[in-house]
Amino acid sequence: MSDILASFVAAARLVTGGDPNLWSVVSLSLEVSLAAAVLACLIGLPLGTWVGVRDFPGRRAVIVSLNALLGLPSVVVGLIVYLMLSRAGPLGSLGILFTPTAIVIAQTLLVLPIVAAMSRQFAEDAWQEYREQLLSLGVTPTRAVPTLLLDLRYSLLTVVLLGFGRAASEVGAVMIVGGNIDGVTRVMTTAIALETSKGDLPLALGLGIVLIVVVLALNAAAFAVREWSLARHG
Amino acid sequence: MAERLFPVDARDVTVRVGGHEALRGANLHLDGRGRIVILGANGAGKSVLLRVLHGLMAPTAGAITWAGSERRPNQQAMVFQRPVMLRRTAIANIEYAMAVNGTGHSEAELRAREAIEHVGLANVAQRQARALSGGEQQRIALARAWALRPRLLYLDEPTASLDPTAAAEVERIVGRIYAAGTAVVMTTHNLGLARRFADEIVFLHEGRIVERTPADRFFREPASNEARWFLQGELPWNTASPAI
Amino acid sequence: MEHRIPRNLIRFSTAWIVAALVAGGLLASQAASAQEFITVASTTSTEQSGLFKHLLPEAKRATGIEVRVVALGTGQALDMARRGDADVVFVHDRVAEEKFLAEGFGVKRFDVMYNDFVIVGPKSDPAGIRGKNVIRSLEKIADNKAPFVSRADKSGTHAAELRFWKDAGIEPRGAWYRETGSGMGPTLNTAAGMGAYALTDRGTWISFANRGDLVVLCEGDKRLFNQYGVMLVNPAKHPHVKREAGQKFIDWLISPEGQRAIAEYRIDGQQVFFPDYWAGK
Repeated sequence: MSDILASFVAAARLVTGGDPNLWSVVSLSLEVSLAAAVLACLIGLPLGTWVGVRDFPGRRAVIVSLNALLGLPSVVVGLIVYLMLSRAGPLGSLGILFTPTAIVIAQTLLVLPIVAAMSRQFAEDAWQEYREQLLSLGVTPTRAVPTLLLDLRYSLLTVVLLGFGRAASEVGAVMIVGGNIDGVTRVMTTAIALETSKGDLPLALGLGIVLIVVVLALNAAAFAVREWSLARHG
Repeated sequence: MAERLFPVDARDVTVRVGGHEALRGANLHLDGRGRIVILGANGAGKSVLLRVLHGLMAPTAGAITWAGSERRPNQQAMVFQRPVMLRRTAIANIEYAMAVNGTGHSEAELRAREAIEHVGLANVAQRQARALSGGEQQRIALARAWALRPRLLYLDEPTASLDPTAAAEVERIVGRIYAAGTAVVMTTHNLGLARRFADEIVFLHEGRIVERTPADRFFREPASNEARWFLQGELPWNTASPAI
Repeated sequence: MEHRIPRNLIRFSTAWIVAALVAGGLLASQAASAQEFITVASTTSTEQSGLFKHLLPEAKRATGIEVRVVALGTGQALDMARRGDADVVFVHDRVAEEKFLAEGFGVKRFDVMYNDFVIVGPKSDPAGIRGKNVIRSLEKIADNKAPFVSRADKSGTHAAELRFWKDAGIEPRGAWYRETGSGMGPTLNTAAGMGAYALTDRGTWISFANRGDLVVLCEGDKRLFNQYGVMLVNPAKHPHVKREAGQKFIDWLISPEGQRAIAEYRIDGQQVFFPDYWAGK
């Protein structure tokens, strides 16, 4: 119990202390997770929606694979990206191992299946409702993708937030491809992991509380935007 | 590049839906003249027939052609029993239909405005379509179809979900659409609507087209027994034959 | 079919392109690094002792080079260098380092500093290992089958631990010998949680905050001496290695200034690392 109390105290002290180290770690976490979520959605939302509405040979295999990728261990993704970006690997000459770019790549690969699988499900369900009317208007399934993306925007916003949350909470893969370098690739989650290894549990928990509060604030903001938009447009 | 639409020709069309033959050996030839109403009990196959004619459903056997071609042309529109509106304003829904058919933005705006005035809903043009009443949404669906200037309009039970006032308004609008030069094919349960509106009746029973008769003759003296039982209200709700 | 791109589609695609640009911009702001930097593969125990936080700002002031430390176990650090993902290695396992050199992956090895290992265990010391003789302490642990937590992760600490067992003529096996496959900190966490014995370096121990009722029970044995060495990764094997910057950093580490910086590092008033490049020169 005292440990938990100590961690709230640590969290409060962290925030009020205005530790520049803390804020650079927080802002880096937000930047990489946001970039990864946006990238994953740019690819995954249209892809998932397209698979949801279009019939094509092998469609069922694609859906099964997408769903299976949801269970891919993140550490495996981290390892694969590491091997690709390592100097000994095919993309080594890019020199992006142990940089935030590598973290964004790993996180994007982790979030992409989630975004694609979920948007596929939403699109497939919506298509039941929209299909006949849209086909009647001369809209092919492929042409329907942007229409559905726009019409399902509120459900898909949830998917984006889910993707962001998943990116922001990743530890293993980020550790492997980022190296947890102080001041360069240390993000909230890897900082927490480090403090935990050092046995400084209150500090680790304190950082965790800060992370949760930040993600909560982001979700609350997204919710408020949605409420405002609904109120305005009815 | 106006593709040819007529004649719409269904030849020996059979449609299996979920292991059950919803339409059997249907033969129908539409040349674009007159107002056609498709009647029949529930499950007789009216909606399936309409969808085959419109190109929404492919036949399991037999063939459907439009002006001799198997490619479904664009100048037909359909209004369903329940209108499907996008999450946008009423007028944006109408503009959308034209945009996806290649109409330029300013022309689409103009025609949308025209169409929404024709159905008497100009005052709700900027409201979210999904926030409108069922009757209003159905009228927007009609406006959307009208704005496309189709040569043939299908309607699948267009008044079934509406209250009498809304239903009457829809009937009036469909009449105006026909008067403006669009051929109309409609399915309905509403015998009054059928009587008022139809030039010809196509009667379906258990998936078969049993007769096709000019409307006034059909209601006075139908050619088939099944039609007679139907009009007398003796056909049960599903399509089993009545016990004699 | 569609003669002109519908306006909504244009607006929609624009939103998508803007999002792509934002993502790209975020990435780019991270990628650009005008600062000259080297990548040093080092060990978790060194990182967790806090030495680098103290040392690297001084190194930057003196050499102008930004040093990026990736902290892994010694074995992983050397493997990483073999793959060419580091410019410099800074670890504490002489045998593994000599092997690395012999394989041609390193240019030259320099002694930098030492610290020592200690055996920690529950205050009650159920196996009675307290003393100055590491071999005897390990024998007592094995005889009593007292729970012992091992890192088992190819680290310098693990390598040292295995050497001690070998010298004691014991093959540690059984339910009492618990291999966690993890770093020093997590291993100590586990030991504290189980009330078990463990071998740890003093640097990690001093800065470790979750001791439970663990205390130092065996220390001072000359065999517990833990030597750190630094090497430049061989540019002949990996041409992209930042040879000049890496060598500059190494030169600073073994210079009187660098050695003094190491000696000045304190945790709770205690000196943790003892520079020894100049010893015996």
